[in-house]
Amino acid sequence: MAVDSYKYLPRSFRQGYESAGASVEGPVWAPMTTPVNEATVALLTSAGLYLKDGQAPFDAERERNNPLWGDPTYRVIPRTVSQDQIAASHLHLNTRDFCIDFNVALPIRRFEELEAEGRIGRLAEEHYSFMGYQERTCAEWRSRYGPEVAQRLKDAGVSALVLAPA
Amino acid sequence: MPVLARVIEESGISTVTVTMMPDLAAKFRLSRIVGVEFPFGHAFGLPNDLRMQRAVCEAAIKLLDEAAGPESRLDVDIEWPIESAVAYRDWQPAEPSPIVAYNIQRRQALEGERQSRT
Repeated sequence: MAVDSYKYLPRSFRQGYESAGASVEGPVWAPMTTPVNEATVALLTSAGLYLKDGQAPFDAERERNNPLWGDPTYRVIPRTVSQDQIAASHLHLNTRDFCIDFNVALPIRRFEELEAEGRIGRLAEEHYSFMGYQERTCAEWRSRYGPEVAQRLKDAGVSALVLAPA
Repeated sequence: MPVLARVIEESGISTVTVTMMPDLAAKFRLSRIVGVEFPFGHAFGLPNDLRMQRAVCEAAIKLLDEAAGPESRLDVDIEWPIESAVAYRDWQPAEPSPIVAYNIQRRQALEGERQSRT
């Protein structure tokens, strides 16, 4: 089946997304250097997940005061996380299901199964959570937080990253 | 999110993006795109539906394994099991997000100005 990208998008947003032109930048490509069943894999979500103990929520108050701004920071979610440790801060989504089963956005448990079955080489120890609503240029993601996470992934020996916008 | 995928791919790490809006991801010319026709907030499926979540994860690793070059796309053939109108309402927050509220206020202010001029 061909996925309808606009099925669940509010109608008032649809035209803007549909009429947006293609990126003027060229394609990006980092080939897999090892087969997936030997690769270390990490996960990244923009669902606004954070750990209730020890991590601050994404800054919703500043966004309420400045609706054109979104918190560009990220939280590290360890693979050992349990459901009762997870909370979510995201003003653009109903976050209820993240608090029932975080795997709908950050499927750590499913990738542990794939690791146990030898379908991936190893699941990384650390995974990453952002909050997806950003100011138009995503400047902080481009210049600071994206490169920072890329370096952390390299330091952890990760060769493949599964990203999921929320 | 496409910005993060591009930055990380450019650093040399292979990425695959699992998204409800694969057409938008394609406009950013991402390397590997898995499309799912699911409501926002549910890239990997329903809570506690292990089979659905697993099917999407398997599509992601399949594309990592098999994509021969950039702008590869694989759409997952799973229909969301909840009626569309219900799912459409259900993914949205209880209150309009700040940007939506801001835009509504702006539209109302512009409309008020237009009416006062006529």
